[in-house]
Amino acid sequence: MAVPTYASPLERVWHYAYLVICGLIFFFLIAPIVVIIPLSFNAEPYFTFTEKMRSFDPEGYSLRWYRSLLTFGMQNPDATGAAFWADAWANAKWVNAAKNSIIIGFFSTILATVLGTLAALGLSRPEMPFRRIIMATLISPMIVPLIITATGMFFFYSNPCELLGLFGLPTSCGRLAGTYLGVILAHATLGIPFVIITVTATLVGFDQSLNRAAASLGANPRTTFFRVTMPLILPGVISGALFAFVTSFDEVVAVLFIAGPDQQTIPRQMWNGIREQISPAILAVATLLVVFSIALLTTVELLRRRSERIRGVTPH
Amino acid sequence: MANALDPHAAIATTASGAPDRGSLTAADGKPLARALARSQQRARRRAFLLVLPLLAFILITFVIPIGQMLQRSFYNDGFSANMPQISAWFAENPRGTEPDEAAWAALAADLSASAEERSIGVVGTRINYDVPGTRSLFTSTGRQVRRGIEPPYREALVEIDEDWASPRLWSAMRNAATPLTGNFYLAAVDRTRADDGSIRQVEERQQVYVMLFMRTFWLSLLITALTFVLGFPIAHLLATLPMRKSNLLMILVLLPFWTSLLVRTTSWMVLLQQQGVINDILVWMGAIGSDGRLQMIYNQTGTIIAMTHILLPFMILPLYSVMRTINPSYVRAARSLGATSWTAFRRIYFPQTLPGLGAGALLVFILAVGYYITPALVGGSSGQLISNMIAMHMTDTLNWSMAAALAALLLGSVLILYWLYDRLVGIDNLKLG
Repeated sequence: MAVPTYASPLERVWHYAYLVICGLIFFFLIAPIVVIIPLSFNAEPYFTFTEKMRSFDPEGYSLRWYRSLLTFGMQNPDATGAAFWADAWANAKWVNAAKNSIIIGFFSTILATVLGTLAALGLSRPEMPFRRIIMATLISPMIVPLIITATGMFFFYSNPCELLGLFGLPTSCGRLAGTYLGVILAHATLGIPFVIITVTATLVGFDQSLNRAAASLGANPRTTFFRVTMPLILPGVISGALFAFVTSFDEVVAVLFIAGPDQQTIPRQMWNGIREQISPAILAVATLLVVFSIALLTTVELLRRRSERIRGVTPH
Repeated sequence: MANALDPHAAIATTASGAPDRGSLTAADGKPLARALARSQQRARRRAFLLVLPLLAFILITFVIPIGQMLQRSFYNDGFSANMPQISAWFAENPRGTEPDEAAWAALAADLSASAEERSIGVVGTRINYDVPGTRSLFTSTGRQVRRGIEPPYREALVEIDEDWASPRLWSAMRNAATPLTGNFYLAAVDRTRADDGSIRQVEERQQVYVMLFMRTFWLSLLITALTFVLGFPIAHLLATLPMRKSNLLMILVLLPFWTSLLVRTTSWMVLLQQQGVINDILVWMGAIGSDGRLQMIYNQTGTIIAMTHILLPFMILPLYSVMRTINPSYVRAARSLGATSWTAFRRIYFPQTLPGLGAGALLVFILAVGYYITPALVGGSSGQLISNMIAMHMTDTLNWSMAAALAALLLGSVLILYWLYDRLVGIDNLKLG
């Protein structure tokens, strides 16, 4: 954006002031995320830059907080070699939390993506009845305050069959609260709106005559879907899946309300750490998560460009 | 698709000189209108079947649980189900009737039975919501009545604890005797039912909920305004820069958007605390003394700063996508007709950004009203929002009906805003990055 040639001197001054303001706002956006990265290498248990860190003295920096992520909860942190890693894998609390987060994230993403993509295909058809209200219902888990969703799930998951009593059926059939299945279902619910939004956005530019062409050439609906539709919408489906995964990976309120002690996830472990005694180990986790989100962001951005290219849609 | 019912096939085969419109037929001789209707019906059913699994899933794991939870806000049978006889007495005798010996006998019988079934705690908890401190009255009296007491029951019960004669307790029991109640909603707006059944405000020092609702809305409004002030210049810059540069700068907006909420909240805790980076910089610059470090966290300031940062991308993205479509020649035309740059911005450019502004503002406001995690971590006591109160009633005081009533009011306002969003913006236009 250049200054137009007809701009008055005052407008030129304003233009540069405007660029400075924008720079400051970008700084506000990004600085809080960047600043925790060097702080996580702090050799002292402080949350600010120490004298040594400011003079770039190597002694001011250390990996102790990253090490503490592994050793926290281990039975014998002084072991060396294979024994150390075996112990960390089995007992370290953060490692366990990471395992849980990945398991729960993986399955809830699969569930959300499969159901969400099917629904998005239906919703994108012009014949879809009650489109507006159904769409509003399916997006609502993103809009309804999480605390309300979590509260509702808390009661429902502790006895999912309570309502069957209305039909004269037995009213107790075990609990979903405190099980992996319960957390996976809850996270799938919360991730679904993101899948719907990204996949329907991909389908907006979708040329329905491609499906008819496939059908006229003798392909049955299944072949048409897997050979024609799917490759075209795949980038949208994958970004939707990544959104769903991140939602699950970052979710703490529903976990606090319905998970049991076994379903300790990374956000829950962070939440406990922040509420009890915040230590720079939290910053080490945060740094790892920032690196993780940079990787995800890059993937989604590449997928979006690919999707635009293969669908022939140019961004405007 | 080579089906005779296919409308496309039908149109090709019905050209053979039909005299009037009613006799157009499909290839198989059936009337075209009916064939078309059937074909459309089938297409509708197919589309619906694709959506059905997800719709069922959302209904079961999301809509029904919330409905069940909200039911607790107006239905609580903790007292009436476990104290049937006294509840029946309340139903027969209108408000204002002095409890007679029959009432006392019914009360004693219920207390005894309830203590026997170990449900007396539930009963006490229900009354405890209205008259604090009565839970133990019920449990201890229940224990003694179970051992057996002699009539006259009034004297016997009052001898165990003279609180039983309190009109306030009887009024509370009468209110709880019907499972359907609006009292939790009254409490959620700082009202209560007086002993004579009239509705009045609670004492001043107990008035918390209305204040919390006001604070939640006021802070959400402030945060929405702040995200607008900060987001507008950024969105404008991104929309007017060449694609290559704006894509690069867009990363600076999307990275916070993709970063974990807890991470962002943590970094604000680190930055804002008294021994944190910002205070250190201010001291180093000499702006404040080392003993005058600013308290920027664990209060409203902390909530406002952190939430503005977290919600800013939700304002920038809709604004950006609308600004991208604005044709720059309108502003140029205005300038060529003699408008100053400010007039051109105010009269020509800004009105065209309103759809994006509306979408962003509504989205930010909706999300802000229900925020829980950030206020809980950085809000201290003055930065708590209504969600935090709901969580407190769920996990600490265990007054689930109260939590449900507050949740119902919050949900109601969010759904109204959501409906407005759908009307004005359309859910289809919701975009993520």
